[in-house]
Amino acid sequence: MGKKLLIHNDNVPGIATLEVYRQNGGYASVEKALKTMTPADVVEEVKKSGLRGRGGAGFPTGMKWSFLAKPEGVERYLVCNADESEPGTFKDRYLMEKIPHALIEGMITSSYALGAKTSYIYIRGEYFYVARIVEKAIDEAYAAGLLGKNILGTNFSHDCYVQVGAGAYICGEETALLESLEGKRGNPRIKPPFPAIAGLYGCPTVVNNVETIAAVCPIVMMGGDEYAKIGIGRSTGTKLISASGHINKPGVYEIELGLPVEEFIYSEEYCGGIINGRKLKAVVAGGSSVPILPAELILKNDKGEARLMSYESLSEGGFATGTMLGSGGFIVYDETTSIVKNLYTFARFYHHESCGQCSPCREGTGWMEKILHRIVEGQGKPSDVDLLWDIQRKIEGNTICPLGDAAAWPVASAIRHFRHEFEEYINHPERIKDVKHYYSVHQLAGA
Amino acid sequence: MSNEIKFNEETLALVHKMIKRYPEGKHKSALLPILHIAQAEFGGWLSPETMDYVASILNIKPIEVYEVASFYSMYNLKPVGKCLLEVCRTSSCWTRGAEDVVRHLEKKLGIKEGETTADGMFTIKTVECLGSCGSAPMLQCGASYHENLTMEKVDNLLEEYRAIGKQRSYTDMDYKNTL
Ligand SMILES: Cc1cc2nc3c(=O)[nH]c(=O)nc-3n(C[C@H](O)[C@H](O)[C@H](O)COP(=O)(O)O)c2cc1C
Ligand code: SF4
Ligand code: FES
Repeated sequence: MGKKLLIHNDNVPGIATLEVYRQNGGYASVEKALKTMTPADVVEEVKKSGLRGRGGAGFPTGMKWSFLAKPEGVERYLVCNADESEPGTFKDRYLMEKIPHALIEGMITSSYALGAKTSYIYIRGEYFYVARIVEKAIDEAYAAGLLGKNILGTNFSHDCYVQVGAGAYICGEETALLESLEGKRGNPRIKPPFPAIAGLYGCPTVVNNVETIAAVCPIVMMGGDEYAKIGIGRSTGTKLISASGHINKPGVYEIELGLPVEEFIYSEEYCGGIINGRKLKAVVAGGSSVPILPAELILKNDKGEARLMSYESLSEGGFATGTMLGSGGFIVYDETTSIVKNLYTFARFYHHESCGQCSPCREGTGWMEKILHRIVEGQGKPSDVDLLWDIQRKIEGNTICPLGDAAAWPVASAIRHFRHEFEEYINHPERIKDVKHYYSVHQLAGA
Repeated sequence: MSNEIKFNEETLALVHKMIKRYPEGKHKSALLPILHIAQAEFGGWLSPETMDYVASILNIKPIEVYEVASFYSMYNLKPVGKCLLEVCRTSSCWTRGAEDVVRHLEKKLGIKEGETTADGMFTIKTVECLGSCGSAPMLQCGASYHENLTMEKVDNLLEEYRAIGKQRSYTDMDYKNTL
């Protein structure tokens, strides 16, 4: 069994309460950091740990923290990205719902390291009940002197607030999130300046994912060097994986980075294999934005070596044969899945979520949805596959924020690996009615 | 719900407390949470009057409220049924029968997706991933997540909501202590 650092206590009754959380060693990192370490010491441990952002981009957290500008007399902010809207991703929800204090503890320790007097946790509006749980945890922390003035009798004071969004995937993009937190439309900003220089209200700001912030606690407790021994190579530590789709045991799993993909899919400890004993067809390994890979390429790389759950192994082979770890949203598709129809759900998603600022993204996502719609309806034209390819090429790299790329990659990878399926739809529309697009609920129930 | 577009004393006090969470002069940050409250209190949608009222509370221009209200999918700019049934249609839910759920709802309620029943009770809406992919298929109604749906579960849900006559809204989730 792999090491667990974040959700090892998720089954302890009452772990969502401050009392039980503390009985299980909670808030020790606040105690240790505030009383025995300088802020720079904490940053140093996070650097040594090799922790990389868990929100999707995998940027080294310690480095991000050291970029934070510290002009005299200007507020600095820590903002937690709990917008979690990348299809296939539900780990932050799990963490906040089950062990909300793990996030609050991380917020306090991280804010101490960054010198932030105020922090905000931006939670997607649909997770309203989760926001309620987090808010309760914050109240408990205030009552126990873990938030507010002179935390644990030290000189460090800190306020932490929850902000709820209102339904917009784009607000997960850090600068769109900051706009939203300022009460505006979630239009991403042009970078530079980066948030580390000019973020919330124009002040230096660090934006980190829920899981990243929670991981700071074990790092402070065990030390960066020890943390870096967990995992594999530059993929240090553990990662929460959200597993969904055609598997026997969907759910959130904490894995040690470096676990073989095959083991993750088939072992009883994790996904428990494909439902109804069917064959694996494809996997989206890191949330809807990363390239989809067919079974043979997700289990083994192009050199025939076992593919591992790590930043490096999953991206081996580049986009020709590889993908990305992304947010850890792991969606499994069995042999009956229509890749074309599935892609249509993604294209529809990106079109719906484009903020509309850049024409390649706004128009391109709409065209891709429209073309895919006519293909799944049996009205596709032979030239449509090349047209789709062309459109995605013209979006990629030509937009303000990475949502454009995120919309392009699923299309490119589906065509790259499953072109024959698109052609089948287009050349044999009469067969579409026989194509089993998805499971019905009754089939899933084993009927 | 009263017909007048005005928060009561208690809600107003809460709104002013919320504004204090942001630095001096940055009160516009409270716009999103206040719009949620306004929507829950004034009939489940944001009428122009409601939006103007929110603008007056925050002392910002009405256009600043309209442009935000029209950007985010959770704000309804038209009236909806008492129970807004939001079914996730994205990949993971689709692999586990989301389309069946929508079809079943359409058949049971005699309306199409996007429509409201004649008695104003139910509206069916399809939405994008709600972070419930591991418990698909799912639908959200008010603040409640209904997961691992089967047709039987959907039927029971409709009965339950019919019996209470409304969805469990933000209000029922005690939003006053939360937002
Ligand atoms: C369209 C888009 C959506 C994103 N959604 C999220 C999200 O829901 N949660 C998240 O943590 N990061 C999301 N990100 C990444 C953030 O921009 C940012 O990189 C991240 O919050 C940084 O935190 P980390 O370094 O701890 O991962 C998204 C990025 C893009 C382009
Ligand atoms: S790429 Fe798309 S989502 Fe991002 S800023 Fe441009 S239009 Fe908006
Ligand atoms: S795909 Fe439906 S909740 Fe994520």
